[in-house]
Amino acid sequence: MTGVEPILSVEGLSLAVPRGRTAMLPILENVSFSVGQGEILGIVGESGSGKSLTALTIMGLIDIPGARVTGSVRFRGRELVGLSQRAFRPLRGREIAMIFQDPMTAFTPVYTIGWQIDEQIRAHSRVSRAEARARTVRLLGDMGVPDPERAAGRYPHQLSGGLRQRAMIAMALSCNPSLLIADEPTTALDVTVQAQILELLRSLRRDYGSSVLLITHDMGVVAQTCDSTLVLYAGNLAERGPTEALFARPGHPYTAALLDSIPPLHGVRPSRLPSIGGAPPSPASRPPGCPFAPRCVHDHPACHDSRPPVVREGRQDVACVLPGEGRSLPLRLREAV
Amino acid sequence: MLMTILRRLGQTLFVLTGISVLVFGVFFATPGADPTARIAGRNASPQTMAQVRHEYGFDRPLPVQYATMMKKLFVTRDLTSYVDRGEKVVPEVFKAAPVTLSLVTGAAIIWVVVSITMGTLAAALRGSWVDRGLMMLGLIGISMPVFWVGQVANLLSQSRYHDTIVFRWVPALGYVPFTESPWGWFKALVLAWITLAILFIGLYSRVLRADLIAVSGEDFMRTARAKGLSPTRVLLRHGLRTSLVTFVSLFGMDFAQLVGGGALLTEVVFGLQGVGRLTYQALTNLDLPLIMATVMYSAVFVVIANALVDMVYIVLDPRVRDGRA
Repeated sequence: MTGVEPILSVEGLSLAVPRGRTAMLPILENVSFSVGQGEILGIVGESGSGKSLTALTIMGLIDIPGARVTGSVRFRGRELVGLSQRAFRPLRGREIAMIFQDPMTAFTPVYTIGWQIDEQIRAHSRVSRAEARARTVRLLGDMGVPDPERAAGRYPHQLSGGLRQRAMIAMALSCNPSLLIADEPTTALDVTVQAQILELLRSLRRDYGSSVLLITHDMGVVAQTCDSTLVLYAGNLAERGPTEALFARPGHPYTAALLDSIPPLHGVRPSRLPSIGGAPPSPASRPPGCPFAPRCVHDHPACHDSRPPVVREGRQDVACVLPGEGRSLPLRLREAV
Repeated sequence: MLMTILRRLGQTLFVLTGISVLVFGVFFATPGADPTARIAGRNASPQTMAQVRHEYGFDRPLPVQYATMMKKLFVTRDLTSYVDRGEKVVPEVFKAAPVTLSLVTGAAIIWVVVSITMGTLAAALRGSWVDRGLMMLGLIGISMPVFWVGQVANLLSQSRYHDTIVFRWVPALGYVPFTESPWGWFKALVLAWITLAILFIGLYSRVLRADLIAVSGEDFMRTARAKGLSPTRVLLRHGLRTSLVTFVSLFGMDFAQLVGGGALLTEVVFGLQGVGRLTYQALTNLDLPLIMATVMYSAVFVVIANALVDMVYIVLDPRVRDGRA
């Protein structure tokens, strides 16, 4: 954490959606983390672990009828949970901006890229059309879009995936937001473009002072990009801490298993890459104890009673009973990715 | 551009030829359709029959008859009816066309405006009683047969309540040309417009609502909301604008179909001498020249409407624009 006061601090955030007439299905349970000024925080987890929903909850964009959000999301000291949509609107796009996974579908197909960026600028500040367009063109240029003037006049389908994602980032940055939420910004792109986009995200901190919440399922992306990392499993926090510490010495068996499933760059290649057996539980069938217990190699009776408490382990916070029992995971001998 | 227009013209010609050959062929293949007997009249002598046959050219080979008919229809425009001797069919169609065009255009304006309003409102207030009420209304509109609605409208406005303040202004059934009196034209048609529009309002508002709701799950709608735009702007500028593409294609087909004679029932109920009614007359009398003329007219409209829809498409959807270039 680089800043003194975190930009975003999430405490005990829970999201439940109605199931049937009376029951509520927990999707996110008691997730806590904070993002400091200029920090890049990575949220990792499998599909369905609640990464994207965490982002949407912070943005107040959950539109499932009857969904209930509890806990606290403080953005620059302001509570966002329970904020009315009307009060939320000036924040969205201006203070907190979001980048989506698939830049192909995230732009409205019938308007030009420039029109859509202008629209966001003009939604938040009183500027003329020409001024907005000038800013759009400058932003596109800053994001490394060649010939930004022409690109602004093009429709989303006329640009390549990489350019579209750059345009998306330009749009997100158009109002100088203090927090940028990037929901799998590179998943839909090929590897070279992915590296360029990640480099761009890293440079934002330098050039714009933005904090970034980077959501991904790719541990490699996290290792390259993020200052700290939050591992989510089945809507629960598994582990959070500084990235290098977490990679060097994972405190949660799930983190360790995730890291083990990355092929090593050096040394002997395993004939068979370790994988985590089974699949994450659906929200309806989460066990009462540790949600990871059914797939965990360290599973024992203590795991089954209640959600494990979050404890301090080294430089990380870990939701696991092992450290409490004095049975911490060993230091990983392999180099961090 | 020129190439596109030429290609379109070629297609039109091809479609018209195909349809006319088909109509012609079907007519002569229909048993009991022999026009000679009709023209010669009941119990005509064989001599008269032969004379008529020769006079009308029915004794010549079919391709020649076809060519002659096309020449008379499109070039000399003096094709005459088999039923009313000496009545030229082309002017008939041109007399009926403005009536139908007035009827359908007015109705179309009403149904487009009302259904967009209803569909958008219902989608915006999805799940509320407003939504349910509007969609129920739409369903009722779809379920009511147009001739019944027309009859009820007439019953109320022409006889039952004609003397009340509400319907005193309603003129007698029939058509008043716009050039003669715009206000009279409006008064004569407004009930017919509404009657014809009801079905389409129901249909279009339901389709639009479903489309808007489907679109609201799209990524770009989430992006628009994440940009901090107002819900109205998200719904109209992003949702509705995208849904209009479907709406337009639906509209083009229905509009062409109606202008081409599909508004028959409304025309009959409101005493309007339109193309639908003319086609109906031609078919009941098995009057080939008139059938040919009305079918050709309607085909031309369908083709024109399709071309127009394609053009609007190009304006509405940039992806189509590029597909063509």
